[in-house]
Amino acid sequence: MSTSVFGQSIPRVDGPLKVSGGARYAFEFNQSGQLYAVIVNATIGIGRIVSIEATGVEQMPGVRAVISHLNAPKLTYSPHKGVIDPAVGERLRVFQDEQIRFFGQPVAVIVADTLDQAEHAATALRLRYDAQAPLTEIDDPRAQPIVAQQTAAANARVAADRERGSADQAFADTDVKVDAIFRMARENHSPMEPHATVASWEGDSLTVWSKSQYVLNERAELAAIFGIPPENVLVICPFVGGAFGTSLRTWSHVGIAALAARVVGRPVKLALTRKQMFLDTGHRPRTDQRIAIAATNQGKLTAIIHEATAETSRYEEFIEGITNQTEFLYSCPNVRTRYRLVPTDTSTPTYMRAPGECTGMHALECGLDELAAALDLDPIELRRRNEPTVDESNGRPFSSRSLLQCLETGAERFGWSQRNPRPGSMRDGRWQIGWGVAGSTRGAPQAPADASVRLLPDGRVEVASATSDMGPGTYTSMAQVAAATLGVPVERIKFELGRSDMPTAPSHGGSWTMASVGNAVRSACLAAQDAAVRRAVEDPASIFHGLTADVLHWKDGTLGRKNGEGPRLDQVALLRGGMPIDVRTTASRSTDIANRYSMYGYAAFFTEVAVDADLGIVRIRRMLGVYGIGKVVNPRLARSQCIGGMVGGIGMALMERTVLDQRDGRPVNAHMADYLVPVNLDVPTLETQFLDEQDDAVNPLGIKGIGELCIIGVAPAIANAVYHATGKRVRELPIRIENLLGA
Amino acid sequence: MTEKDTDSSPETGSDAAISRRDVLIVTGASIASAGIGGHGANAASSVANIEAPTAQSAKVRLSVNGVSHLLEIDNRQSILDVLRERLQLTGTKKGCNQGACGACTVHLDGKRVNSCLTLAVMHDGAAITTIEGLKQGDTLHPLQAAFVEHEGFQCGYCTSGQIMSGLACITEEHAQSVDDIRFWMSGNICRCGAYPGICAAVRATAQDA
Repeated sequence: MSTSVFGQSIPRVDGPLKVSGGARYAFEFNQSGQLYAVIVNATIGIGRIVSIEATGVEQMPGVRAVISHLNAPKLTYSPHKGVIDPAVGERLRVFQDEQIRFFGQPVAVIVADTLDQAEHAATALRLRYDAQAPLTEIDDPRAQPIVAQQTAAANARVAADRERGSADQAFADTDVKVDAIFRMARENHSPMEPHATVASWEGDSLTVWSKSQYVLNERAELAAIFGIPPENVLVICPFVGGAFGTSLRTWSHVGIAALAARVVGRPVKLALTRKQMFLDTGHRPRTDQRIAIAATNQGKLTAIIHEATAETSRYEEFIEGITNQTEFLYSCPNVRTRYRLVPTDTSTPTYMRAPGECTGMHALECGLDELAAALDLDPIELRRRNEPTVDESNGRPFSSRSLLQCLETGAERFGWSQRNPRPGSMRDGRWQIGWGVAGSTRGAPQAPADASVRLLPDGRVEVASATSDMGPGTYTSMAQVAAATLGVPVERIKFELGRSDMPTAPSHGGSWTMASVGNAVRSACLAAQDAAVRRAVEDPASIFHGLTADVLHWKDGTLGRKNGEGPRLDQVALLRGGMPIDVRTTASRSTDIANRYSMYGYAAFFTEVAVDADLGIVRIRRMLGVYGIGKVVNPRLARSQCIGGMVGGIGMALMERTVLDQRDGRPVNAHMADYLVPVNLDVPTLETQFLDEQDDAVNPLGIKGIGELCIIGVAPAIANAVYHATGKRVRELPIRIENLLGA
Repeated sequence: MTEKDTDSSPETGSDAAISRRDVLIVTGASIASAGIGGHGANAASSVANIEAPTAQSAKVRLSVNGVSHLLEIDNRQSILDVLRERLQLTGTKKGCNQGACGACTVHLDGKRVNSCLTLAVMHDGAAITTIEGLKQGDTLHPLQAAFVEHEGFQCGYCTSGQIMSGLACITEEHAQSVDDIRFWMSGNICRCGAYPGICAAVRATAQDA
């Protein structure tokens, strides 16, 4: 690409809208004649509804409907499982029976003229239950681990059991080893924007303005729920106020909003309360992991055993690749992984930023740090001695691999050589100082995606794909790709997203939006150039009429002869008085490439913590991330994502924990004051650095993706720094003051 | 200052509400509880007296971004809901509705408040400034421009509250250093983690002010 805007740190194109309050999120799409809906949730852990006393509530001021299983229409609920829905199990069906499967399951919805009326009525609805004792924790003695159906095959994407060599034997035969259990809390995404849906019916056609990272799946799910064709459903979501995975699936409240609108025959607005955000919108599952690693005295790994157990619900099997990185990140002849689920009487977990990887890599990277200490070896040197030449899990070459470069670049910038390796050796007054390091890796995926391009006679270019922008800057980065490919100023590009009637895009998650939609935008722009050439030779009014297409090309925003002779036309001159040029194309990764290479991004994190020697308070003093992610479309935006990943990792390491009351499964800290996330004062200066990396295999733009990679590895770098500061290995997340007080 | 008589009275409903209800809770395996706040397992043998208050309303005069509104307001309504649901000023965001996140921050008579915890009926005659009131024509306020320049956001949902708090920080002279800003901006959560950019934007604006 020529003197290109690709790779430039331009400001966000939607920035002025967002800072002036003009960006509209789902709940803000007010409709004429709208009513408000508020959900009532079950207050038992498991059982059934015995009765609902709705009469008094129906007569409260402004109340238009009280909808529950007693009076809700039977809904079609056709089979539908999108790629982000658990493949095994059956989703929750709202108001279709009296069964309660988890605390907080929606049991009724109130529709009223105003929000206050609906909220008040929701508190007044009386339900009687037949309650039983739920099982809520994976370490409950009654818990029964299962092999998830999808993980049963040894070649499954996420395998219940996989082994190369003889890991247990090798582990037993080696002298230097670590064998540790890591326990990680359940986390909730807790985006700033609560889930919300505005639903409006016209006959059998439904329009929803709904918070979604995947408008096409939302369309399909709503069509399945109501038994109508997908073409009858329009999902609109131009802005997503943070999501981190919680808006990938279409949760029960979306169907409830549409159902309520159908029952009352008017548009209905429904938003979840903050408390409801902890009930049925997914969570990072609680996990217990065993990591066992052994090495020769020279620091060569001989065995890795990684066993993980995670919660899921009784009604769906949610799986994620917790042990996958362990299979390839380091060279080791004997590796065994194990993954089990424990169904509990709670709602189904879902993908949360770096699902699986974040969890598994914490255990692996802390385990490696423990091994380095046991070997009296620098943790970076230990990784250097176990750098693989190929992906040992499948024998494939790496398309590019930058783990060591990330570690070494970071070590130099951070001043790692100044670190006294002895734990507890560094001090600043009452503060114990610790430095920690950890690696990160994440697949570099690309999903098939479509994009459309319209070249308008006035010189503007409209580009569209049904993706989303939950904050990474999709509007901006896609405009950059289009401008760079077409060779036109970025100001002329308008990229649009967030409508289910746009060209097909995959879910906006999993770090693949830039690789998938970005390459689709590039392909569509190339196709538009070809279409422009065809127009030029076919249009009788064109100065190029009658030439063969192969002598012309589009270059740097103008069309002319390849040999450089004669005039060149820009878009306005070419289309003068004519129709726009419309193209739509698909981009995807070839099976050949997918099967030939092992494709991953890499990063390394360095952190300095200070631990109050008496009080156990942990403060992050500084952090550095170095990233090998292929090409960076917009470093300013990528840096923001990386900083966000560090902040998310600080939360994971030190704060975030959803606590369930074991008597009924209630999340007791379902509140932004009690579910702790980092605030401004928790976040010090954070530094980022991108390696100059060219990977021609991953996709034409050379994009690896960053949204997940940049949180993986943050928590273990902090945990390892806490060990270095204090000499204490805290093998739970979050690391709390209680873990550090006392002997 | 212009005056707009916004005539959209909510239902008062004082005659239609249920008066007083005793809710019998049966013992044993069947239990009853209220909304999501009740604790079922513990409530099994208790009796709850629920009084449903009647909705009432009041005339309230609010000046919002220099425009005066005379509103018939449900006494339960927060300034946040008045802004968003009555006046269609949706730039102010509802994040937690519990005063814990700061997304709803506005200036009330010159001071920053969490509008979700501020009942409108208690502020007859108040002057409110929201994010929509900062622009001068098409020109962004310097702090708004600084948020764009310094990447003070990603998703944008907390941004209005951050900017209103940031402006107050500067007015309060709590923007003397980045550490100062970190402290005084800690009531505004940004889940995307744009804190370094937020601090940079507030600091730069304070220095130019």
